[in-house]
Amino acid sequence: MDQMSKIVRTIASLLIVPGVIFGLYVVMHGHLTPGGGFQGGAVIATISALFIVAYGERIKGILDQDVLSLAESMALLAFISLAFLGISVTFFHNFLANSGKIFGASVSGVNPGYLNTGGIIPLMNLAVGLEVSAALSLIVLVMYFSSRNEVVKDVP
Amino acid sequence: MTLIEHAPILLIAIPLLAAFLTPIVGRVNSLLRNFEMIIALVSTEFLTILLSYDVIRNGIRTYTLGAKIPGLTSPAGFPVRIILEVDAMNAFISLIASSITLIVAIYCLNFMKEQRILDKFYTLLLLLLTGMLGLTLTGDFFNLFVFLEILSVSSAALIAFYVQRGEALEAAFKYMVISSVGALMVLFAIGLLYGQYDLLNMAAIADSIQGSFLDKVALTLLISAFLLKAGSVPVHMWKPDAYGEAPAPVSVLLLTSALISLYVLFRIFTIFAINPVLLGWILAILGILSIFLGVSMALIQNNLQRLIAYSGIAEIGYIILGVGSGLVEFPSPTGFGFTAISGGLFHILNDTLDLGLLFLIAGAIFYLTGKRDLNIGGLAHSQPTLAVFFLIGMGAVSGLPPFNGFASKLMIYESVYYLNPLLAIIGILGSILMLAIFVKVFSAIFLGIPYDRELRKIPGSMLAVMGILALSIIFIGLFPNLVLESIITPATKALINPKNYIEAIL
Amino acid sequence: MFHNIPFIAVIVLIAIGLYGVLFKRNLIKIVMGINIIGSGVNLFLIELGYREGGVAPIFTSAPKLEMVLPTPQALTLTSIVINIAVVALMLSLATLIYKHYGSIDSEERRLKG
Repeated sequence: MDQMSKIVRTIASLLIVPGVIFGLYVVMHGHLTPGGGFQGGAVIATISALFIVAYGERIKGILDQDVLSLAESMALLAFISLAFLGISVTFFHNFLANSGKIFGASVSGVNPGYLNTGGIIPLMNLAVGLEVSAALSLIVLVMYFSSRNEVVKDVP
Repeated sequence: MTLIEHAPILLIAIPLLAAFLTPIVGRVNSLLRNFEMIIALVSTEFLTILLSYDVIRNGIRTYTLGAKIPGLTSPAGFPVRIILEVDAMNAFISLIASSITLIVAIYCLNFMKEQRILDKFYTLLLLLLTGMLGLTLTGDFFNLFVFLEILSVSSAALIAFYVQRGEALEAAFKYMVISSVGALMVLFAIGLLYGQYDLLNMAAIADSIQGSFLDKVALTLLISAFLLKAGSVPVHMWKPDAYGEAPAPVSVLLLTSALISLYVLFRIFTIFAINPVLLGWILAILGILSIFLGVSMALIQNNLQRLIAYSGIAEIGYIILGVGSGLVEFPSPTGFGFTAISGGLFHILNDTLDLGLLFLIAGAIFYLTGKRDLNIGGLAHSQPTLAVFFLIGMGAVSGLPPFNGFASKLMIYESVYYLNPLLAIIGILGSILMLAIFVKVFSAIFLGIPYDRELRKIPGSMLAVMGILALSIIFIGLFPNLVLESIITPATKALINPKNYIEAIL
Repeated sequence: MFHNIPFIAVIVLIAIGLYGVLFKRNLIKIVMGINIIGSGVNLFLIELGYREGGVAPIFTSAPKLEMVLPTPQALTLTSIVINIAVVALMLSLATLIYKHYGSIDSEERRLKG
């Protein structure tokens, strides 16, 4: 289908900023409030679905299949490398919790929610959020192109 | 801190890491990707051999994800965190899984040269191996569900690999629908068990289970779902389409994953032994029906891979018959019960080798002639090695004496005869019919007037892989006691002693 | 009786989903049936963790320490993610089948045999 009218395109462009920031907020605060990697990634993917609906034919210059596929693979590699990094104790060991480094303050009981805690959980949330948003956007993009009777270029 | 302590989780993590690396490496160079995949599979195989040697020698090994030391399973009296548990039965099944995947991957290097999107194929292959090994080594019900779904989704995507053929897409769709209904039944049963006992660990639930009505409902759902994944008689509809339309090496891996679902079934009902006599009889009857239906439907098939798929249903019937009749003597099988369960487990190994060889031969025939049906004549003149391999596979599947099928089928026949003589007679008739089917296939494909078109040569790696399988069949057929004492008997002992399994965790 | 209503809703949802999978001919309706069964099982899992008078299991500014069980919520989240992947795969296969054959009726070939 062709692109939609100028009003729809303008509002879609305006809505990127609040949408993506809200998605990143949900991803980053996954260890304190409801949310986390998958939920935030799904929010960002709905923004890209909105983009595909609003722009129609011209989306090929904006969202690229190669870039999304590469981003997805890189994020998955980051996730499993984080899991491997604690292998000296056990796999998936939380080696940053309660230590002095980047996410390592300690906490106990009911508290007003400090961002600095949680060990490797916020880093894994970031990796999963990036991966899920790339993957779901890629799914919607490929389904859109295949529904228009177009031959999808093979992602190598 | 040595390698052997982290071996259970490395078995799952290394194929997963390789599966995520493959698309990135494949963009750079395709030879590098093949190399990286073979390295990952070889290291998985090496770790599996190391782990099984250690477990058969030393006893059960557990691994807790994320604890202070790997063996700390219950810090407060009940198990916390995800726990992997490896005993002799697990090690046996994981040996089969990683060896078959390594062999099939070497076969695939030359079989699939003409396709364009091979990156995704190898990624899905490594994800399939991750699902199989995860399903084998886990000690936790929810991990079981996650790895079962990984297995189903990767298999469905691999079945639909030839997207130009409409039948492959339909087969993948049917497989996915039936498989996800089964997985949702598993999730419902996990919910029922969790709601009653507030535990997700298999050993912990086995320790505290009482036989109330909801427990029986949950166990029935679990057993039906895994019978659905294995492809025994009431729910076998997806098997011919899925095995017939997939590429030939993928069919071998699908067969291995069906056998792994059977292993999970055996593990579930030997730990939760609520009503073993009734369950054993039901499984024996289902096994007989599978044998009967498999061989009778295979007589009328025209497509070679569908025919081998139907004989696969019959072979799974033999395994279920053997273990089911051994289950009747639970909780302490001696005498014919022990032989029956040993025969069933030995038949898992033999079945993978025999039907794997037959599927790979079917793949080689498709590679040579481009045809999937039986109207090819006279290949024996130009491809004598293929004919010899087919004879070996045919003898092994139907249970002729110098091959490995004879040893395991003899154990099953002997013990089932004590249960009920009629079942053993039907089993023997099934074997004879299977020999008849494959003789017909042999004469249709290999004998007759020589093939009139010029054929290309089969690449050396494909012949080498089929040669390895044939040599293993002959070796196990000539020395079955070697394999029985070193691998199968510890596996049987581990399967019928749920107390060891439970005490290792609590 | 009032506390059993979610379980009755679970049974109704699973029954509707099974009717869709078994008796409908359109491929898209079969896929939607699987989605509804998935929703029913997810609702069942969350309902298992309910405790009387509990609040959401979050430690940030919690009003009281008596909370509903958090484990089934983790199980449900994983199940939702897996269902999305499964439904996406099935819908892509349905689209490809339509491109091949021109219709998404499941009775025309041996699809449900």
